[in-house]
Amino acid sequence: MAFVATKGGEDAIAAAHAWRADRRRGDGEGCTLRQATTSFGRAIDRVMAEGALYDPDLAARALLQAEGDLVEAAFLLRSYRATQPRLVDARPIDTTAMRVQRRVSAIFKDVLGGQRLGPTADYSHRLFDTGETAPESAPDPVAAEPVSPLPSAMGILGGETLLEAIPAAGHDAPPADLTTMPLDFPASRPIRLQALARGDEGFLLSLAYSTQRGYGNTHPFVGELRMGEVAVSVVPPELGFAIEIGDIVVTECQMVNQFTGSKTVPPQFTRGYGLSVGHADRRAMSMALVERALRADELGEATGSPAQDPEFVLSHCDNIQATGFVEHLKLPHYVDFQSELEIIRAIRRQADEQRAEDGMDRKKEDGDDRV
Amino acid sequence: MIAYNFAYLDEQTKRGIRRALLKAVAIPGWQVPFASREMPLPYGWGTGGIQVTAAIIGQDDRLKVIDQGADDTTNAVAIASFFRRMTGVETTTRTAEATIIQTRHRIPEQALTEDQVIVYQVPQPEPLWKLIPERPVARRAHALSDYGMMYVKLYEDITRFGRVSSAYDHPVMVNGRVLMSPSPIPAFDNPKMDAMPALQLFGAGRERRLYAVPPYTPVRSLDFTDHPFHPGRADGTCAFCGSTSSYLDEIIIDDHGTRRFLCSDTDYCAGRIEEAERRAEEGGQ
Ligand SMILES: [Zn+2]
Repeated sequence: MAFVATKGGEDAIAAAHAWRADRRRGDGEGCTLRQATTSFGRAIDRVMAEGALYDPDLAARALLQAEGDLVEAAFLLRSYRATQPRLVDARPIDTTAMRVQRRVSAIFKDVLGGQRLGPTADYSHRLFDTGETAPESAPDPVAAEPVSPLPSAMGILGGETLLEAIPAAGHDAPPADLTTMPLDFPASRPIRLQALARGDEGFLLSLAYSTQRGYGNTHPFVGELRMGEVAVSVVPPELGFAIEIGDIVVTECQMVNQFTGSKTVPPQFTRGYGLSVGHADRRAMSMALVERALRADELGEATGSPAQDPEFVLSHCDNIQATGFVEHLKLPHYVDFQSELEIIRAIRRQADEQRAEDGMDRKKEDGDDRV
Repeated sequence: MIAYNFAYLDEQTKRGIRRALLKAVAIPGWQVPFASREMPLPYGWGTGGIQVTAAIIGQDDRLKVIDQGADDTTNAVAIASFFRRMTGVETTTRTAEATIIQTRHRIPEQALTEDQVIVYQVPQPEPLWKLIPERPVARRAHALSDYGMMYVKLYEDITRFGRVSSAYDHPVMVNGRVLMSPSPIPAFDNPKMDAMPALQLFGAGRERRLYAVPPYTPVRSLDFTDHPFHPGRADGTCAFCGSTSSYLDEIIIDDHGTRRFLCSDTDYCAGRIEEAERRAEEGGQ
């Protein structure tokens, strides 16, 4: 019977998977895990951030399995993360102790410890690299060894109390954990930061950009942007003291924003904070801008722009949730559609009958006139 | 190196979900927040239902998974095979044989029993979302039983279309107190929820909410005395089993738009065909 084919099944799924695996390999062997790890560092960083799991090898594996689809790769990482038991909470990382590869401040010409570009593409010409133009006088990268520790470029402002103290975390102590409790509103600052840290980079970027175009402007300056390795330490209950369990690369952005104050309260600059795993300037900066915009209400600023609305921003920044719900529209909905069909037909039938009745009435009236 | 626990989630997480479910059962229809986890199927594919099933399923359960009423739709097949892989439990297509039935968009035609649990996949647990997009405001409306705006919306439908225009996901009042989304089941299925002997559990993964209707709880579809609730179905007969009372899918069978109707509940349809064949055989002997 022909119409049984309207329903899919196990064979169809298996065939789809086989086709996809074939396409992924292409003509040759495909890209190896090692090649992916060394060649697609920024993609791996993004996948780890949005996948909310620091594991470059697994992220590379996800990237390959997802045919380079970053959201799909982050999704693979997240769903693996969900299966892992929580053994112990790490202690807060100390970014002032970072082994700094890159550190720039836009608010001072020079800072203690110097401006350090690190491995950035910021000043590159966006021309295709033909491999023939390697400058003979290329500097020795070893000359730019990481330095540590490097004091925060913003220390001087804090010392003069021109910059607000680090904003309070809210009522939660210790900070609430977004992965063990549902997002709820009003959301504390730790929760907001956690949601933004795993938020979609494109969404964060566009929201940040919107604040620069007048939708919730925050008058931002990059106080400091730094990238490098930080140590992760935990206190195992049976030991009772901290041990380092490894290093991770993070990018931190501290924005200095418009000041608040009055005749009686001395004015101070305010802060916006962004942190991402990996080398991710765009992500950390966007997060810092949005984080600051979300504080508008707390700081008594005019609100109403999308980037200032915590419920709007936090409920929609997760691309795993967003892609799932947008794409689920391609699942069958024919039962619901059938019920809509029945309703629309019934309403149309009713309208037709009403029209016919009205027409009859009019004819009758016309007839009466002729008498 | 990569190993998974029984039913995928770790025991701690499953316990957390069961705690939330107990709360949900205690306040019928009330949306209980829970720490939804990322599942290996995307949000929108039934992650809420999958987490509920994962939290309650045991070695001895028999699971049935349907989507649009059918066991053989791709999504239902994928979820059933996920649970076979992660638990080793038997899956079945027979409604009567299942101890847990996970569903998207339908309630089986065959009445469920006290020994069964039905798990609904829910895309949008908040029945007021179209009227109040801000969830904290909606929550206050639930707390105050302030559902006037929903009646106004239904009234507007009636003045505009002459009838209520929600064909599926038609809101229900649970236990006379809490307005609840029945999930996007057709209005035809709503009456089955009322005083159902089976425990009804609802999971919304992306929205991180669970809710429940305990056995034999009154569930009333929202309506007006002069415009009573009207569960619709296509006015047709199943081309396979001849049912005139089941919910029907409309199938176009040729290029001229010729339509035929089939039961949306594939197990119900197959059961009726078997039954008819058995009777015909007996009659022949
Ligand atoms: Zn049938």
